[in-house]
Amino acid sequence: MWRSAKVVELRDETATARTIGLAVRDWPGHIAGQHVDVRLTAPDGYSAVRSYSIASAPNSDGRIEITVERLPNGEVSPYLTKELMVGDDLELRGPIGGWFVWRRDQTEPIQLVAGGSGVVPLMAMIRSHASAGSSAPFRLLYSVREPGAVFYRDELQALSGQGNSVVITYAYTRMTPKDWPRPAGRIDVELIATGTWPSNLQPTSYVCGPTSFVEHATDLLIAAGQDRERIRTERFGATGERK
Amino acid sequence: MSASMNYLDGNAAAGELSKIFAVDITSAEGQCANCGSKRHFAEAHLYVQCPGLVARCALCGHVLLRCSNIRGRVFLDLRGMTYLSVESAPQEASN
Repeated sequence: MWRSAKVVELRDETATARTIGLAVRDWPGHIAGQHVDVRLTAPDGYSAVRSYSIASAPNSDGRIEITVERLPNGEVSPYLTKELMVGDDLELRGPIGGWFVWRRDQTEPIQLVAGGSGVVPLMAMIRSHASAGSSAPFRLLYSVREPGAVFYRDELQALSGQGNSVVITYAYTRMTPKDWPRPAGRIDVELIATGTWPSNLQPTSYVCGPTSFVEHATDLLIAAGQDRERIRTERFGATGERK
Repeated sequence: MSASMNYLDGNAAAGELSKIFAVDITSAEGQCANCGSKRHFAEAHLYVQCPGLVARCALCGHVLLRCSNIRGRVFLDLRGMTYLSVESAPQEASN
């Protein structure tokens, strides 16, 4: 079932990514981690559907936010990140997915692992955790190309400064900030050891990013002793614009 | 990215399959008819660079599900799964 949604806010996250605030008619509410499908239809009837994770915490005001990364040869993302304006209408299907979700009644330690724009559904979990005042211990390992590519930078910094709200470890793959202790590179055994919960705490892990990142990070978590059954993954890739 | 990494996962099929299933397919558990492994559908490897969707077992690569839209009809092939189990009580989405 497709729902009508109106663009109520646009906010640039980075040079290539934009958050889109949507007021959705008859929105039933969502759970952190879920996504929506967005359908665009051209005047000639051609339509394209893409999936985007919801970035905002569950609420009851019928509004959601998605964050869209612009892909150079994308069909949909250039429109959403450059041409879309406040007041425009979109068609949405969702909320979708009941597996890659964090529910507010979960109390176990949570390990979030993000690759690039894979941080979006994990941000919904962090925001849900904060707005619910949950005491579940949260950690985020965020692998990102360079400092300028970090989504939600100020909000993450503010949240990580609030007691034990969320402990964040950044991993820069191409370029680091000045005087950063670790050279640029993919996440590795050492970073998993220092940036994630030890396996004896039996955390539940959520890993989201490009397919190659998800496979690499999941293998490292399992090698570090994490239980495969407690690792939930969501992949996106060259095949699908997203998330 | 190598060709062997050219897949998504069952999460990405859930919107399209919501046309057919009244329940959330990602948290459904399916048994692979080839290797017998039981996994959440979200964990299946999904190939979308074809007409329709093909989901394969994450363990053995066996085709679990094929779904395509042809002339206004949706065709669904579930031969690759011995069974699919879902929660009988729908969960509240208001969490």
